[in-house]
Amino acid sequence: MQHLDGNSLAGPLAEFFAFDVTTARARCNGCGEVAELARAMVYRSDAGAVVRCGSCGQVLATLVESEDRAWIGFSGVSTIEVRRAPASS
Amino acid sequence: MSDAALSVGPTAAGGVRAAPRAGWHVATVAATRRETPNATRLELEVEGWPGNAPGQHLDVRLTAPDGYTATRSYSIASSGPSRRVVLAIDKLPDGEVSPFLVDEVRAGDLLEVHGPLGAYFVWRPAASGADPRPVQLIAGGSGVVPLYAIAQAHADADDPSAFRLLYSVRTPADVYFADELHGLVAASAPFRLDLVYTRSTPDGWPLQAGRITREALEVAVIPAAERPLVYVCGSTGFVERVADWLVELGHDARSIRTERYGGT
Amino acid sequence: MSFITRGFSGRSRERDDRLPPGQTLVHDFPVLSAGPTPDVDTADWEFTIRTESGEHRWSWDEFMALDIEDVSTDIHCVTHWSKLGTSWRGVSLDTLFADVETEQEYVMAHSYGGYTTNIPLDELLDGKAWIAFEFDGEPLDPEHGGPARLLVPALYFWKSAKWVRGLEMMDQDEPGFWEQNGYHLHGDPWKEERYW
Repeated sequence: MQHLDGNSLAGPLAEFFAFDVTTARARCNGCGEVAELARAMVYRSDAGAVVRCGSCGQVLATLVESEDRAWIGFSGVSTIEVRRAPASS
Repeated sequence: MSDAALSVGPTAAGGVRAAPRAGWHVATVAATRRETPNATRLELEVEGWPGNAPGQHLDVRLTAPDGYTATRSYSIASSGPSRRVVLAIDKLPDGEVSPFLVDEVRAGDLLEVHGPLGAYFVWRPAASGADPRPVQLIAGGSGVVPLYAIAQAHADADDPSAFRLLYSVRTPADVYFADELHGLVAASAPFRLDLVYTRSTPDGWPLQAGRITREALEVAVIPAAERPLVYVCGSTGFVERVADWLVELGHDARSIRTERYGGT
Repeated sequence: MSFITRGFSGRSRERDDRLPPGQTLVHDFPVLSAGPTPDVDTADWEFTIRTESGEHRWSWDEFMALDIEDVSTDIHCVTHWSKLGTSWRGVSLDTLFADVETEQEYVMAHSYGGYTTNIPLDELLDGKAWIAFEFDGEPLDPEHGGPARLLVPALYFWKSAKWVRGLEMMDQDEPGFWEQNGYHLHGDPWKEERYW
């Protein structure tokens, strides 16, 4: 099965987060790679989305959606870095 | 609105929170036109659209009378603060959504759209004082859509950084934004267009039609030594092949931004 | 703010009395996957059952020498599609468990590629589950789980682990991959046990 980029999950994740999570860097707790989620590999089907580390292939995150709920898992991520908005001028 | 206008303008700093906030909007189809024999250009007038950066995408959600919904992502061919949003949609033979958007949708129809989305696969001009970084765009087929938006934004900003687009396309008739791309070549901002035809070429074209090769890629792209930022967009197979070659040619993997298109 | 899109109906969605609630009929065979398709050569393939007392192991050739059954069954995917009367060939779990002694009542299926899914043992025995290696008269395609997959038609199809490589007995029911991430621990389509 072919994969997409983490970038492709910007829409589904924007339903649940106040910022674009795909631009945040995440640390893979398998291999230690730190990369933007937009750079990760996404395997997407009607069952859900599985985000895998672009470096080692380990599952970083999952997104399952039903009509009334969503389940967002970060089982393979140890930390996410979120950039603050630049000070307004 | 002022935040949005700031973040998509040429001086935006690019922080996570500075991007226009995504939301669901009602879009009115303002115009449709045939883009290529297999694709349609849709111009949408989007109520409450906060503007978008070049390279972003949006999700279109279609709802059937029985409540069934289908959602697909499409790259945006336009950028800036305008509420007028341009898409160019390739019709996938077994698709559920693209044949509807290409063949059925007409001016005056309403569509639900979610966006702007994806603040990673975007380009912004260097902040004043910073060294502009050369940019290499590489498109496979309909993957040219977000890259055209980036190239147009570069021209509109009269940005001095070196820009090239390597565009792999089946036949001359399949070139998206053909007039606009040739306009960019003539514009004052530096821009070079390299076309690779995979099925048939224009008359008198110096090269045979065929898939892009590593050698052709090496000749066309800005050398790794100049540290270009590289944006690659196309089918998964195309993007994989090109990204692997770029790394072999010495490009830093962290300077390569990819966007793969799925199958439906 | 959702509204009906003029002229849109989507793919046809057939209903049928033989379908569990919320399911529609499909004639193709959609592929669901949580990762890359593993490339498993039958020369390297093996299947194991691990219990509290040890491990039972079959090579491909040993496996193919077991009793092989023809199975015709309906399958139901949690993503709302069903197929009726699909035909498979495989080895019954009753055959594989014939010499396995265990007091443990729960099973974790493990796949090449790392996928896992949990099933109670009593829902795998008495003619209810197979390790299938043929679909519709052809060797099972890698994208559908070849060389061999678990086939548990009474449960949603995510329980029918593709690329299966072994079963691990457990004292307690533990969630597998999808079950940890939103899907139901059990997954009975007639009870619509889709999510947590």
